[in-house]
Amino acid sequence: MAEVPQYKIRELRLKANDIRRWVIEMTWRAKSGHPGGSLSAAEILSVLYFHELRIDPKNPDWPDRDRFVLSKGHASPAYYAALAMRGFFPEDELLNFRKLGSFLQGHPSLIVPGVDMCTGSLGQGLSAAVGMAIAAKMDNRDYRVYALLGDGEIQEGAVWEAAMCASTHSLNNLIAIVDRNMIQLDDFTDRMVKLDPLEEKWHSFGWNVFSINGHDVRQIIYALEEAKKSDNKPSVVIAHTVKGKGVSYMENSPKYHGKPPQNEEEYKTAIRELEEARRGI
Amino acid sequence: MNWEYESPRKAYGETLVELGREMDNLVVMDADLSTSTKTAMFGNAFPDRFINVGLQEQNMMGIAAGLATTGKVVFVSSFAVFATGRAYDQIRQSIAYPKLNVKIVATHGGVTVGEDGASHQMIEDVGLMCGLPNMRVIVPVDSNEVRRVIKFVASENGPFYVRLTRTALPNLTENDDSFHFGKATIMRDGSDITIIAMGIEVSYSLMAAEMLSKEGIDARVINMSTIKPIDKDAIVKAARETGRILTVEDHNIYNGLGSRVAEVLVENYPVPMRRHGMKDVFGVSGKWNALLEHYGLDAKGIANEVRNLMEVKI
Ligand SMILES: Cc1ncc(C[n+]2csc(CCOP(=O)(O)OP(=O)(O)O)c2C)c(N)n1
Repeated sequence: MAEVPQYKIRELRLKANDIRRWVIEMTWRAKSGHPGGSLSAAEILSVLYFHELRIDPKNPDWPDRDRFVLSKGHASPAYYAALAMRGFFPEDELLNFRKLGSFLQGHPSLIVPGVDMCTGSLGQGLSAAVGMAIAAKMDNRDYRVYALLGDGEIQEGAVWEAAMCASTHSLNNLIAIVDRNMIQLDDFTDRMVKLDPLEEKWHSFGWNVFSINGHDVRQIIYALEEAKKSDNKPSVVIAHTVKGKGVSYMENSPKYHGKPPQNEEEYKTAIRELEEARRGI
Repeated sequence: MNWEYESPRKAYGETLVELGREMDNLVVMDADLSTSTKTAMFGNAFPDRFINVGLQEQNMMGIAAGLATTGKVVFVSSFAVFATGRAYDQIRQSIAYPKLNVKIVATHGGVTVGEDGASHQMIEDVGLMCGLPNMRVIVPVDSNEVRRVIKFVASENGPFYVRLTRTALPNLTENDDSFHFGKATIMRDGSDITIIAMGIEVSYSLMAAEMLSKEGIDARVINMSTIKPIDKDAIVKAARETGRILTVEDHNIYNGLGSRVAEVLVENYPVPMRRHGMKDVFGVSGKWNALLEHYGLDAKGIANEVRNLMEVKI
């Protein structure tokens, strides 16, 4: 496997930091939105949008583009930030997130340039991804389909229907990533639904399984490289992450699943911590 | 107008706790939204009779049905979009058809959900639930009515759908214990036209009526909190006495309050009427009050609809 040069790793970490800053900025200004699960996915989205995906911001409808489905649609702040930073639309628009008149809907919508599927009702994105992957096979196209799911989200039964279907159809062009941040909305996942042994579950559903640290961009890159070598199975990357990653008071706290910084001081603390982290990259 | 605002969700949570003390067989369920729907209040008070299934609305409805077959009175909650949309077939097959004792109390009905956007703004739920035989449908007008309704549905056998909103509502009714199921209430009398509204739109209709009275239009305002079975007599009486009917709802104009009222009018006493609400479009993100203005569901927008309808000769 080709070594990823250090400068590239650094660039991807910086992009993740930028995404985090936008997440805070956007949810603070909107006074709503979901920072926790957006912050946990920053490295995953950075690697996808600045290294992995075959996409062209000038041609968002390119038929041969790789597809990405943000199945955990509430992580829209991080997703929109990545799309804007990649050039799909001006970054200034991010300031209008969730406001009346902006195309940046609370949850991903097809009116946003670069978005491949409407999401927000959890547990449906993997099915759509399976459809896109089957279409690639039908049409002899070589694009790949990526879907990002939450660990609370995979409690929905439909996810496992899609999982069975994907392996039945030998969808080696499909890669799911589970943001395993251990928290959902009300509580910690393992206090609500027993998900473990999660790796074994996916394995028994006929998937290749990669278990990694989801904040380590090198591990994300390598897992995706390995997944792409599959000749007859879909692959899932279980990305172990920290919900609220990068903002101390949000880390590992169910409270900040769907709450922006609560006051000026929290907002400033978040920005200061992210700036400090940036200097260390 | 000088109204006191109160969160209907909190009123729901408090009432559940009150009922939990009186009814040993009361079980409450949620699907990872208990902090929003306020069923968490019951969960904290009665952890042994609270089941938070996680992100599994369909499973939740099935389990609720199973619990109900053993004599439990089951309240299930989620956002309206997931409670009714996601789990529709489970509700149909496992709750409505066997007529089980399950009370679906959904919060976040309508476009007033706000910033979350169309994916979360449920504007079809009343239609979905009214279409089910055995299902009775209630949209409380304020938090005081929420208390009454929750106690009422807990005491009545069989399935109910109760729709709550996310935002705080002005208390338009007194805090007393008897809910008049199936009976509309005249909130303001008038002789030129009747505005029949549900939920959050009743307060805006009252404000519109106030505006219109200054222009010499005397509008009656009716709170139709029971959508099914609907109060035919009140509708026919309003048609006969005021000659024109406008319905107002934070819901699609198809299959909601407007459709129900139209059915009654056409079959019994046709008069000019208009349905006002979401005009068969999905909502967009924005602050809830900005959205009400955007869709003409605030006092100004309702008053405009009334003026237009007053143009129609009778
Ligand atoms: C079908 C459905 N039910 C409920 C919700 C409300 N909701 C939004 S996010 C969330 C928790 C998601 O947890 P998880 O998938 O772990 O996401 P993450 O922690 O990565 O943010 C819930 C219950 C929803 N969006 N969709």
